[in-house]
Amino acid sequence: MEETKPQLFKITFDGIEVEVEPGTTIMQAARKIAEADQSQTSIVPPAMCYYKPLPASGGKCRACLVKVAQGSAKDTRPMPKLVPSCITQVQDGMVVENTTNEAVLEARKGIVEFLLINHPLDCPVCDQAGECNLQDFAFEHGSAHTRYEEERRTFEKKDIGPYVQLHMTRCILCYRCVYTADQVTNKREHGVMNRGDASEISTYIEKSIDNDFSGNIIDVCPVGALTDKTYRFKNRVWFSKPEDAHCDCDKCSGKVILWYRGDEVIRVTARKNTWGEVNEFICNTCRFERKKTSDWVLEGPTKVKRSSVISANKYRSDLVKKPDFALKLAATQFKNIDDTREYVTDKDTIRHQSIENNDKANHRSLLNQNN
Amino acid sequence: MARKILTEHIHVPGIETFDVYRKQGGYTAVEKAIKSMSPEEVVEEAKKSGVRGRGGAGFPMGMKWGFLAKPEGVPRYLVCNADESEPGTFKDHYLMKTIPHLLIEGMIVSSFALGANKSFIYVRGELMYVIRILEKAIEEAKAKGFLGKNILGSGYDLELVVQPGGGAYICGEETALLESLEGKRGNPRNKPPFPAVKGLYQCPTVVNNVESISNMPWIVNNGGEAYAQIGIGRSTGTKLISASGHIQRPGVYEIELGLSVEEFMNSDEYCGGIRKGHHLKALVAGGSSVPILPANLIMKTANGEDRLMSYESLSDGGFASGTMLGSGGFIVFDETACIVKNTWNFSQFYHHESCGQCSPCREGTGWMEKVLHRIEHGHGSMHDVDLLVDITKKIEGNTICPLGDAASWPVASAIRHFRDEFVWHITHPSEATAPGAAYRGDMALV
Ligand SMILES: Cc1cc2nc3c(=O)[nH]c(=O)nc-3n(C[C@H](O)[C@H](O)[C@H](O)COP(=O)(O)O)c2cc1C
Ligand code: SF4
Ligand code: FES
Repeated sequence: MEETKPQLFKITFDGIEVEVEPGTTIMQAARKIAEADQSQTSIVPPAMCYYKPLPASGGKCRACLVKVAQGSAKDTRPMPKLVPSCITQVQDGMVVENTTNEAVLEARKGIVEFLLINHPLDCPVCDQAGECNLQDFAFEHGSAHTRYEEERRTFEKKDIGPYVQLHMTRCILCYRCVYTADQVTNKREHGVMNRGDASEISTYIEKSIDNDFSGNIIDVCPVGALTDKTYRFKNRVWFSKPEDAHCDCDKCSGKVILWYRGDEVIRVTARKNTWGEVNEFICNTCRFERKKTSDWVLEGPTKVKRSSVISANKYRSDLVKKPDFALKLAATQFKNIDDTREYVTDKDTIRHQSIENNDKANHRSLLNQNN
Repeated sequence: MARKILTEHIHVPGIETFDVYRKQGGYTAVEKAIKSMSPEEVVEEAKKSGVRGRGGAGFPMGMKWGFLAKPEGVPRYLVCNADESEPGTFKDHYLMKTIPHLLIEGMIVSSFALGANKSFIYVRGELMYVIRILEKAIEEAKAKGFLGKNILGSGYDLELVVQPGGGAYICGEETALLESLEGKRGNPRNKPPFPAVKGLYQCPTVVNNVESISNMPWIVNNGGEAYAQIGIGRSTGTKLISASGHIQRPGVYEIELGLSVEEFMNSDEYCGGIRKGHHLKALVAGGSSVPILPANLIMKTANGEDRLMSYESLSDGGFASGTMLGSGGFIVFDETACIVKNTWNFSQFYHHESCGQCSPCREGTGWMEKVLHRIEHGHGSMHDVDLLVDITKKIEGNTICPLGDAASWPVASAIRHFRDEFVWHITHPSEATAPGAAYRGDMALV
């Protein structure tokens, strides 16, 4: 009773101990570990729907499922099902397994597959490519081939106004834009219609989204379902150079990123944190109408993760640390070369061996396909 | 004649009216509870009775009531789940339209027990005429002083609201139902928090099925212990079974739990046996969501004991050789039924009814449906069967609500028990797609 300091909960996440305040979610606890030690970034569960700045988001995509191997210090039983780490609160003494649990990785592979079966895979023409959460997610957790042979779902194109382009076929129904419209803009005109895999993001009776903060739905969208009409097909993100800038805006904080191509500002977005979440939502005037350098006070180049394709060709070694997973990967791939074999110089033997090896490789890839 | 609790007076002419219902001993439970019992005592009787939820999950009702949070100054709600949309289940519909006052009486004593002053009956939207019947019954009860302000002069107030549902199966899932009742899109909520802590309008709420609540008048009148004497083991009381399919006498039957499946299926009091000249092939014992059983596992469990109509006996053997009592939708298939077609049919339903919130169910149900469609129409390939099994595994347990499981189990169990039939569809596409074709194979026919 005399304690005034809030008591901290100690949890173990993938074998790493961390202390967090009661009420923290498993996801936030994992992020805390990674924020303290960047080499641990890869243990943080992926989030396709959860978005911290938007209360009530999360729990839908199931990308972040983890295993709770021990509920708490008091109740040491494991939880029977995998739980969504983004909305599950920690208990004192909880033991969580993410990258160390096979069932979790298997389920996650399933989620990637589910999200991709109806996704158009039109990355080459999609404005989101290069900054797409689904691309990252699929790259990190998916498999290289698809088992889906059916026709993909498509939607009729809908016009939702002058600023935002809706591509419903690319949508993964994370509901982030719905929460944004609900929480950030002052009137709600936008929601989900229909059911199941026919569910569709829609403005209420097709009314266009026109209010001062509607552009933020572009930034929160994890895929290319909502893109900036003023930026459409203008560029590939890795050709542009992001610069932090601000202005004195009477509607929002005015803190933005200007995306340059040469000297031209081709796009304005809000700034995001390490987890891809918007720091401060910006207004439509800043986003769509202030496209001259003279509208802004420049602050310098935006920090971009080394692993991001955006940093291609403009990598600044003073700003980034080499991620440790590349080294780890290299270590696992490393094998001593077996130089005890005899050198073969005879042409016929070489030909014969290469045919044999080719057959073996074909056989292996067939086996893989069938599995 | 077997014991009847819910349907004893169901055939009395005019039982849908207050006067006739009252003459048959109706509303005595309200009098008894309100005049001579405390709310806690009613909850205690519910606990003693051991009655389990009849909506599908079979969770003990008294225990659920015990979990209801009771913060000071916050209203509590009782919501009756009358959304009944599970394929093969049609008992609540029957009960409400024939003897509406039973549910109303149950709602009054249950609301009294939980300290709810406003309670809801959420009725499947398609059943407008049942909604009218219930509303009329409520008016009658109100006129006689059993509902409304100061019931029977006790100072206890109760308002009962009938709400037409949104026309979606998912609105039967309790948290989707609450969302829908609040006027929102019927999307299930993530749990925890459970409704007992944060339910309707974020207030503590109990959601119970029509049949569960309709047991309460009898329990109050006769005591929980007397109720617990009926049935077998932890499956106490009676259960309404909606029997359909290839049987002589389809319909709704009230059985004492513990009756053997064989007797239920074959006796003339109930299903009256398989239709003449045909053999039993498969059984879905508890509504479309539960695993299907092949003929050799229906009458006997895997270790040779008689299979009984009870929660425990039906689930004997787990999913390897058992199933579940579920909501009591008893669907019988004879040898003319095609299991692949039936599985495809069920999967169409779940695909259509998925709310679309979580990715495994939204995408997985559609995927399964498409693969099954291909197999059924002679375009399957051998790896499709294992693909289906893998999809069910990727959905099951990973979703927000149990609809994902409910969509997976019928597919997984059909392949588990009828794999050769799926294979036959793939290897013999032209025979399998012929009109009326059904695989006979070398299956043990009973
Ligand atoms: C997809 C889905 C649909 C459901 N539909 C119904 C229904 O129509 N009627 C019902 O009573 N319970 C239904 N349930 C079960 C409810 O969620 C809940 O468990 C039940 O209403 C609790 O009442 P009980 O304890 O009296 O059974 C459904 C569950 C799921 C997952
Ligand atoms: S399991 Fe299906 S029905 Fe349930 S919440 Fe997820 S998408 Fe909706
Ligand atoms: S990020 Fe947790 S469920 Fe989507």
